[in-house]
Amino acid sequence: MGTKSSSLASKAIAVYRKDIVSEFRTRYAVNAVALFAVTTLIAVSMSVGGFGVTDKNLLSALLWVILFFSAMSGLSRVFVREEESRTASALRLSADPIAIYIGKLAFNLTLLLALEIIVVPMFVVMMNAGVRNWTFFWLILLFGSVGLSAAATIVAAIVSKANAKGALFAVLSFPILAPLLVTAISASSAAMGGGAFADCWRYLRVLVSYAGVMITASVLLFEFIWED
Amino acid sequence: MTSVRLLAITKEYGERRVLEGINADIASGSSLVVTGRNGSGKSTLLRVIAGLTRPTSGQVAIEIDGKVLAGEERRNAIGFVAPDLALYEELTALENLAFFAKARGMRRSRKDLRELIARVDLAGREDEPLSSYSSGMKQRMKYAFALLHEAPVLLLDEPTANLDENGVALVDEIIREHRKEGLLILATNDKREVGYGDQIIQLGF
Repeated sequence: MGTKSSSLASKAIAVYRKDIVSEFRTRYAVNAVALFAVTTLIAVSMSVGGFGVTDKNLLSALLWVILFFSAMSGLSRVFVREEESRTASALRLSADPIAIYIGKLAFNLTLLLALEIIVVPMFVVMMNAGVRNWTFFWLILLFGSVGLSAAATIVAAIVSKANAKGALFAVLSFPILAPLLVTAISASSAAMGGGAFADCWRYLRVLVSYAGVMITASVLLFEFIWED
Repeated sequence: MTSVRLLAITKEYGERRVLEGINADIASGSSLVVTGRNGSGKSTLLRVIAGLTRPTSGQVAIEIDGKVLAGEERRNAIGFVAPDLALYEELTALENLAFFAKARGMRRSRKDLRELIARVDLAGREDEPLSSYSSGMKQRMKYAFALLHEAPVLLLDEPTANLDENGVALVDEIIREHRKEGLLILATNDKREVGYGDQIIQLGF
């Protein structure tokens, strides 16, 4: 009846495409993330934007706080949705656990990058936050997002079967993400203030390493977390 | 030659022991019926066999020609229909099957998928999202999902739930066909369906 194409990549792409199509039709995570991000951004800009904040550390911290909490409101849903709609069993029976993790990670990363494309320019304009080194700034956002998505995806899988999912997600995510957030805030601050190339590069290496470690550990552990 | 061996399966949820020392040996061409009152562990046993729930102790061995299956081979050997298994409501019937085929690493043409949908009497509705389906139609789609990869082991939990007369006849036909060469495990309390079993496990005495 058919032929086999057992590439892990093609299975992960199938999971990713399914999630994109589902999200496009249901707006399950996009609405939560976008609403949280825009509301927070407006609240922040109205309360401190008018004071002409020039401290790059403070601006950078505000940006990552907005991104972090917006991500927390949406990224956990990739697995929660599967459990709540009782589709998790069909997925478990059909797909390789690693393909599922990679597909879900790619979906979360897409969601986060789409959020950043909207929120970051709005933040820069509304907070009058000049960025001197745009290349590093975007690279920091990119690799910070990869690390954030990788950690959020594995924690989402852990909490998907719990009762108090929201609270547990935040509690488990924070200690895992704290090193990433501290580095990303310092790195963004350096990029905004036109910090030395060596400084920016050092921060970027930490972010790339964090993402690499988090993805590797998640791929190794995911099967045990996902399969009951 | 496919076989399923249950070796001293025990499952506990906290203090409560749902399954205790279940043993069975079923080979292709035969069937096992699991029966018992509500809450006796029928669905749990099927989930354990499917690999969806880990037993507290004991083992499930699925073998084809003497080789114990694991990972993808094991997943592809099992077709599962159960009340607590759902497909994606926001996707159409065709999209659901295309996704599950790709996730299994199989290529299925749209013609193949349409034929499978027609086999469960849903021809003409394949481009509609499952959210527009009735509960009986969703049950038929679960059969399409279970038959998609031509699995040698078919696990059916409450096989005729939500189905009308035609649906019940369809399930009877699927069971009859599958029993010829495949291996069938049913969880049911329906006396007529219990009659399909070459072996019967009564749970919850």
